[in-house]
Amino acid sequence: MGEQAFISGNEAIGYGALYAGCKHFFAYPITPQNEIMEFFASELPKRGGVFVQTESETASANMVYGAASTGVRAMTSSSSTGFSLMQEAISAMAAAQVPCVIVNVQRGGPGGGTTQTSQMDYLQVTKGGGHGDYHTIVLSPSFVQEAFDFVQLAFYLADKYRHPTIILSDALLGQMMESIEMRKLEFTPVPEKDWAVGLGRKDGQRRMIFPGFVVGSMLREYLVAVSKKYEQMKEKETRYDTRGLEDAELVLVSFGSTARAALEAFLMAREEGMRVGMIRPITLWPFPYQIIKETSHKVKKFLVVEDNLGQMVEDVTAAVTEQAQVYHLGILARHLPGPSGLILPQTIYEEVKKIYGK
Amino acid sequence: MENRELLAGRPKTVLPIPHLYCPGCHHGSVFRLIAETMDELGIQDKTIGCVGVGCHAFGFMFLDIDLVSCLHGRAPAVATGIKRSLYGKPIVFTVQGDGDLAAIGMGTIMNAVIRGEKLTTIFCNNAGYGTTGGQLAPTTLLDQKTTTTPYGRNAELEGYPVHVAELIATFKGVAYSARCSLTSRAEYNRAAKAMKKAFQKQIEGIGYGFVEILEACPSTLKLSPKDALRWVESHMMEEYPLGEFKDIDSIP
Repeated sequence: MGEQAFISGNEAIGYGALYAGCKHFFAYPITPQNEIMEFFASELPKRGGVFVQTESETASANMVYGAASTGVRAMTSSSSTGFSLMQEAISAMAAAQVPCVIVNVQRGGPGGGTTQTSQMDYLQVTKGGGHGDYHTIVLSPSFVQEAFDFVQLAFYLADKYRHPTIILSDALLGQMMESIEMRKLEFTPVPEKDWAVGLGRKDGQRRMIFPGFVVGSMLREYLVAVSKKYEQMKEKETRYDTRGLEDAELVLVSFGSTARAALEAFLMAREEGMRVGMIRPITLWPFPYQIIKETSHKVKKFLVVEDNLGQMVEDVTAAVTEQAQVYHLGILARHLPGPSGLILPQTIYEEVKKIYGK
Repeated sequence: MENRELLAGRPKTVLPIPHLYCPGCHHGSVFRLIAETMDELGIQDKTIGCVGVGCHAFGFMFLDIDLVSCLHGRAPAVATGIKRSLYGKPIVFTVQGDGDLAAIGMGTIMNAVIRGEKLTTIFCNNAGYGTTGGQLAPTTLLDQKTTTTPYGRNAELEGYPVHVAELIATFKGVAYSARCSLTSRAEYNRAAKAMKKAFQKQIEGIGYGFVEILEACPSTLKLSPKDALRWVESHMMEEYPLGEFKDIDSIP
């Protein structure tokens, strides 16, 4: 058993990074992720690490690019608006195969938006975000413990595939406090970073961090290599959590902090004897299409609950067989019209009852 | 080609591959200067170059050092990440064109010097965009015709040419800032000295080292190599005075 701690989701991101051996952090202030950078500002100097408050999220992502090019574990965090400013660099890191971790603690949008919670960046984070043909693994924590664990997992996956990895949190999870176990997760060894710059021209060879296709004739070779990498990620890294699928007649699909409300509604429905199941995607990319597809052979009703106007519902609709019906409960079902509204468990439960009885 | 090598030799830090520059372009000479400086200072094995976007970036193909390709304008941020993550050990420099550094990347270079990074930047000022075919740059001269100022740069519409070396010199964290040209052997030698100083300020941990080099782009000026060189002398050097604007051995 590791040490018990009562901390917020944002602090858990910080501790998780330290447990992953990340000592290099670059970020720009934005609500609701400030606690992450403040954590590093106070912790890294004590541990001989590097903390830089940057002039913009554009600079943060480019500094991570530089730092990670030397082979160290480097990270940045931001929130929706600032995350948008990082997209060019994320695309560049995917092209140049630079492993790093980027955290997006979502706030409301679009535009400058609000400082309070939402899940409006699902499409941006799963369908590219930046320009060009690339994907990044996206981990979606629902609990503070997962925020802590997933940072360690994200660094492992980044190094395993030599690729940027994203953690999609949100204001609700970032600001809430829960009791967690601080534990160092064990992973299989990751490849040696022999490609990194700053090794002193080891073996008399220069190291170059470049998009793999900088010379025209190499484009096809590059595309073949990265498509293999993306296929491997889909095959080996798709993660999800399921409940009650054995006898389910209706399945809830929900991610991130909203999945907590959905889980409560699931328990309420089960208590009332309704045969309800739940699928919680943990990797939003690669998306767990297969389990949803398989489930849709016997379950004909899916209710997607997400705190936006309907984004993940597109992936669920693409996954199910034609006979299945996909319903959506989104941001318009919040209990308050202002930015602090939430989709409450009771609201989800009422919706489940309505659809279940149809 | 062989004879030329016999006469001038090849810096150790340059790979024996041909460069991609147009006849009369000065970028090749700038990279030769960088290579000669690294040879002289013996820093080839501990230097990391950060490549911007523009014609200047092609020069890195023949530099035999560790390299990182950066997004347009962002090389000083990437260089910061590299330098800091290796606790200041490597020598890190950027080479940036006038569009890369003074237009899209102006905020990035300004903030790097504001933070007092210990880096070196070689700024290639050829008064226009070369790679994209000759558009207006912040350093384009007044009345100079470009493809996006076909009637000449008009101060009312496009403002005035920016003097980057003087601007950089005003920042406290900067140890060295100079402007040079390559219009004669004497100027080339002065540029070599400036470049050496700009690297030494970093090596000695004093502060930022910055060298702006006035260059000719015969292709976009639509001049012969020789006339383009003369144009740098007659037009660019009139707007942009050569000289050292800052050279200090400690930050006061």
